[in-house]
Amino acid sequence: MTELLLILCLPLAGAAVLGLRGERTWAAEANAAFSLVTFLAAVALAARVVGQGPLVLLSELFFVDALNVFLVTLTAFVGFTTSLFSRVYMRVEQQLGRLTGMRLRLYHGMYQMFMFTMLVALLTNNVGILWVAMEAATLATVLLVSLYRTPASIEAAWKYFILCGVGIAQALFGTILLYLAAERVLGAGGSALLWTHLHEVKDQLEPTVLGIAFVFLLVGYGTKVGLVPLHNWLPDAHAEGPTPISAVLSGLLLNVALYAVVRNKVLVDAALGSPLPGYLMMGFGLLSVLVAAFFLFRQKDVKRLFAYSSIEHMGIAAFAFGMGGPVAAFGGLLHMTAHSLTKSAIFFAVGHAAQKTGTQNMDEIRGLVHVSPAVGWGLMVGGIAILGIPPFGVFASEFVILTTAMRDHPWAAPILLIGLGVAFASVFSRLQAMVFGDTTAKRLPHPPALLPVFVHLALVLMLGLYMPPYLAAWYRQAAAMLG
Amino acid sequence: MSSPFVGQVIDLLAALMLLIAFAMLAQRRLLRLIHLFALQGAVLTLNTMVVAVTLVQSHLWFSVALNLVLKVIVLPMILIRVVNRLGLRRDAESVGNLPFIMLVAVVLVILSFNVALPISRLAGTITRGTLGIAMASMLIAFLMMITRRKAVAQVVGFLAMENALFFAATSATYGMPMVVELGIALDVLVGTFIFGIFFFQIRETFDSLDTRSLERLGGRE
Repeated sequence: MTELLLILCLPLAGAAVLGLRGERTWAAEANAAFSLVTFLAAVALAARVVGQGPLVLLSELFFVDALNVFLVTLTAFVGFTTSLFSRVYMRVEQQLGRLTGMRLRLYHGMYQMFMFTMLVALLTNNVGILWVAMEAATLATVLLVSLYRTPASIEAAWKYFILCGVGIAQALFGTILLYLAAERVLGAGGSALLWTHLHEVKDQLEPTVLGIAFVFLLVGYGTKVGLVPLHNWLPDAHAEGPTPISAVLSGLLLNVALYAVVRNKVLVDAALGSPLPGYLMMGFGLLSVLVAAFFLFRQKDVKRLFAYSSIEHMGIAAFAFGMGGPVAAFGGLLHMTAHSLTKSAIFFAVGHAAQKTGTQNMDEIRGLVHVSPAVGWGLMVGGIAILGIPPFGVFASEFVILTTAMRDHPWAAPILLIGLGVAFASVFSRLQAMVFGDTTAKRLPHPPALLPVFVHLALVLMLGLYMPPYLAAWYRQAAAMLG
Repeated sequence: MSSPFVGQVIDLLAALMLLIAFAMLAQRRLLRLIHLFALQGAVLTLNTMVVAVTLVQSHLWFSVALNLVLKVIVLPMILIRVVNRLGLRRDAESVGNLPFIMLVAVVLVILSFNVALPISRLAGTITRGTLGIAMASMLIAFLMMITRRKAVAQVVGFLAMENALFFAATSATYGMPMVVELGIALDVLVGTFIFGIFFFQIRETFDSLDTRSLERLGGRE
C-alpha cells in the first residue's frame, strides 16, 4: 500500500516541482533523485508481490500481480538510469545552445509526468483508466519530441500526435465494446471495467462482441507498440526528440502498450475459445519483423536505424505472445526485458556519439573507439547484444521464441529467421564503420555518463548466461498469468 | 415519457448527428467547421439528456454537464480563439473531389451498420439502434482527417471522432463509468491545449498551417 502510493505520488510530485523549477542547476539531480526513490519503492512492491501473491488495493482501483509488477520495476529502473544519462546529456545540449531554461523546465516536468502515466497504466485495475493513461503518455511526450523546435522535430511530433491520437481512439472504441459485453454479465457501474472482475467471468463474455472489440484494441494499442503497418510515427519521433526521450520511448512506452494488448488478449482468448486473437498478433508481429528488417537497410540516421530495430523487436515479442502458452509467454517477457535494457543502453551510447560528432548521420560518425573507447565499445557491445548474438539476453529470448515457433508453428520460423538475418547484415556493417574507422569526433565539455550503458549491458549479459532462480520463478509466474 | 416517443427522439438526434458529420466533411470554411463541431456537441449533450431523463440515471447527468461544458462551450471557444489569433477567420481550403469523398462516406455508413448490427442486438439499451450511426460518425471523422490538409481542420476531425466515441458509449452502454469518463474528458482538454500550442509552433517554423509543408520526413521513411 505504502509502496504503491510512493510509486504513484513521487513522479507526480516530481512533475510538479520540476514543472515549476526545472530550469535550475539542481533540476537534473532532482529528476534522478525522484526516479531513484520511485525505483526503490517499485523494488519493495515487487518483493511484496512475489512473496504474498497478487494484491488489490485502494478499493479495487489498483491491481498488482507478478506480470505488471515486473514491468513496473523495469519501467522504474530504466526511468532511473535514463535520468542519470539525461543529467549529463541535457547539460551538454544546454551548453551547445540547443535548449533554453524554459524548455529544460518543460523537459524535466514532462519526464516525470511521463513516468507517472506509464506507472498508472501498468498498475491500474480499470481497463478504461488504462486507456486514459496511455493517451496521457502520448500527451506528455508529444511536446518533448518537438523540444528542439526544428522543422523536422515539429513535423515528427505532429505525426506522432495525430497518428497515435487516431490509433488510440480505436482502442477506446474497443474498450467501449468490452464494457458492453462485460455489463451484461457483471451489471452496470464501475465494476464492469475492473480487470480482476472481468478475469473471473472471462469465459462468459459474449464472443461476437469481444472478437470485434479485440480487433479495435489491437489496432489501437498496436499503433503505440509500433506494429507495421501502424508504425509510421515511431522512427520520426525517436530520431527527432532528445535522446533520453528516444531511450524511454523505445525501452518503456512500447512495452507498456504491448502490455495493454496482452492484458486484453487474456480476456478475449477465454471468451472466444479460438486461436483467432493469437493469429492476429502473430501476423502483425511477423509483418513488423520483416518490414522493419528491410527498412533497416535504407537508414542513414543512426537513431532511425535503432528505431526500426525497436519495431522489429516489438514484432518478435508480439509474435511470442500471439503464439501463447507458458513457454512462448516466458520468451516474450524475457524479450521485452532484454530489449528494453539493451535498446536504452544503445540510445545512451548513440546520444553521446552524436554529441561528440555533432551529427546523427551514420556516414559522418566514424571511429568512435579512438576518441572515447568507452562510448565506442558501449555502442559495439550494445549492437551485438541487440542483434541476438550469444551470450546476451536477447539471444536467449529469441532462442526460446524460435524453438517454440519451430515446434508449434513451423511455417513462421523461416520468416523470423530471414528477418533476423537481414537485420544482422544491415546493422552490423554500419556499427563496424561507426565504431572503428577514422575518427571525426571531438571532446565534450563533460565526461559522458556511461555507467547506465554498462549496467544495462551487464544485466542483459547476465540474463543470457545465468538467470537467478527467483527471477526465473517470477517470469514463470507472470507467464502463467498469460497462459 | 412513453417509450416509442423517446425512441423516436433518440433516432432523430442520431440522424442529426450523422447529418452533421456529413456536413463537416463537406464544409470548407474553418469557422463554420468549428460551429458545426459545437452543434454536434450540442446534439450529443441533448441525446445524453434524453436518456438521462427517461431512465433516471443520475450518473448520466454528470456526463451531460461534462459534454455541455467541454464540447459545446470550452473546446469550440479555444478553437475560435486560436483561429482568431492566427488570423484564419476567412480561411477556406479546397477539399478535393467532394462527390467522391461523399460516396466513400456513404459506403462507410453501410459498412458500419453491417458491423454494428450483431453488436447492437446484444445491447440492452433503448439507444442500441444508434450504435451503427456512432460508428459511422467515427469513420467519417476519420475520413475527414485524411482528406484535409490544414492542421486546424484535422484537429476538428480528431475532436469529432471523440464526439462519436462518446455517442457510441452512450448508445451501447449508457456511458462509461464516471472515473473513466472524467479521465477521457481531461485527456481531450489537455490534448486540445497542446494542439493549440502546436499550431503556433508550426506557424512559427513553417509560415503556414498547411500540413503539406510537413512532408520532409515523409520521403525518408
